[in-house]
Amino acid sequence: MEIRSYPFTELDDLELHPAYLELQRDEPVARVRLPFGGDGWLATRYEDVKTVLADPRFSRAAVMEPGADVPRTLPTMPTESNILSMDPPDHTRLRRLVAKAFTARRTEQLRERAQEIVDGLLDEMEAQGPPADLVEALAMPLPITIICEMLGVPYEDRGKFRAWSEAAVAITAFTPEEIIAANESLRAYIGGLVERKRAEPADDMLSVLVAAHDNEDRLSTQELESFGVALLVAGHETTANQIGNFVYQLLRNPDRLGELRADPSLVPAAIEELLRITPLGGSAGFPRIATAEVELSGVTIKPGDAVFVNNVAANRDPSVFENPNELDFHREHNPHIMFGHGAHHCIGAPLARMELQVAIGTLLKRFPLLRLDGDVTFKKGRLIRGPQALSVRW
Amino acid sequence: MSKWTIELDRGTCIGTGMCTATAPDHFRLEGGTSTPVNETVDEDEAVVDAAESCPMEAILVRSADGTVLAPQV
Ligand code: HEM
Ligand code: HEM
Repeated sequence: MEIRSYPFTELDDLELHPAYLELQRDEPVARVRLPFGGDGWLATRYEDVKTVLADPRFSRAAVMEPGADVPRTLPTMPTESNILSMDPPDHTRLRRLVAKAFTARRTEQLRERAQEIVDGLLDEMEAQGPPADLVEALAMPLPITIICEMLGVPYEDRGKFRAWSEAAVAITAFTPEEIIAANESLRAYIGGLVERKRAEPADDMLSVLVAAHDNEDRLSTQELESFGVALLVAGHETTANQIGNFVYQLLRNPDRLGELRADPSLVPAAIEELLRITPLGGSAGFPRIATAEVELSGVTIKPGDAVFVNNVAANRDPSVFENPNELDFHREHNPHIMFGHGAHHCIGAPLARMELQVAIGTLLKRFPLLRLDGDVTFKKGRLIRGPQALSVRW
Repeated sequence: MSKWTIELDRGTCIGTGMCTATAPDHFRLEGGTSTPVNETVDEDEAVVDAAESCPMEAILVRSADGTVLAPQV
């Protein structure tokens, strides 16, 4: 069996590397070699990917065991565990502390606030006149404002944590030392806020976590800080890049854009479809480790083997999605797994959906002549893909 | 040990796999949505965990006397 170098070369724009769909067809569970830590498997079919993400025979925590040397893109192994590197029941204990605040029902109550933020941002953009950079005008400030308000992080500090966060989700765009230093800075920053919430509790999520630590001993200091960092970073990098990615794709696809403008009730379905098709991760991510023998598409995975998945390839599996490479806002059934699956299913999924619906829906409504102003450059060497800037006119 | 009941609203479930991963003994995915393996179960905190972790609040756990144990709203 051929061993392929992984991750595959980074492509421009928002292309999915063709190797994923070739493998999905011919070699659904393929052998891959990472820059560090040796070989692993790569699963690309929908059912296999879901199994790896949700079956308890695959562990995230095994990556964090002392001395573990798993296949990866960065030279160093992670030293700090976070919510993504925990397994149930530890993972469940941590996640339950904030799960309530992220349910679909609670998120719906934030829609009005999101609308108010978007209206304000677009007022400002309009007042300044074209051209505008949509990344700075809308894509970044919306999710940052929302996650700051939920967590209780001062919005004025965004300059600081945005810079750290940029480096924390880099692979090759920063040096490994810079990436580690940025993670340290984020930890120290959240640690400082924790002290403030301890002295002056407020009606926010960090205060809830501080109380769970201090009064009920339900999480350690390390867990408290790393969870705060994860929520802050994940709460804005992902959605911000997707707003840019989605607007970019719509503005380059006049047919779909026209359809959406003609019938704004299609916005939620359009967001689901854009989620399904847009490659957001630019890298390999962290693997799961098998803790027992598992069979995937006829391949036997042995205990200790590392398995990578690609959600976007899974989202284009022709056995689940008809015409999988086509953007189609009229799919009756769209069970995409862009938010993952199983215990680590994105806690912010209802929030991200709501933010994307409000941002894109309002943008299209208010700017009927919105168009791209020149070429768009995409970021490189990051975990998360997105436009560097998105200059538009109207 | 008293018995608990699990109700699952299949119309609300979006199949995130949260409950099947949190309480694998009690839930399984069928055709994209979750189903309790048994609707009546022995007391087990994992079932409460699953109901509390569901983003759609589609799982309802009741004690023998009908009191709702989870999710808390
Ligand atoms: C379009 C936007 C987003 C996408 C595509 C996305 C995608 C994902 C994916 C695929 C995972 C699972 C990772 C894995 O299994 O390894 C995940 C987990 C997570 N996401 Fe998101 N996410 C988005 C927005 C958000 C937002 C707005 C938040 C807000 C707090 C958030 C917080 C988290 C957290 C905390 C986890 C870890 C959950 C756990 O390990 O239990 N995400 N996300
Ligand atoms: C502060 C906590 C976090 C740290 C230190 C961290 C670090 C990392 C590292 C080292 C990788 C793997 C790099 C590679 O081998 O390619 C990775 C992958 C990734 N992480 Fe995180 N992460 C954190 C939190 C999160 C959260 C909560 C999310 C959820 C939205 C997230 C989203 C991702 C994505 C989307 C990938 C790439 C997966 C892909 O390419 O498909 N990160 N992260």
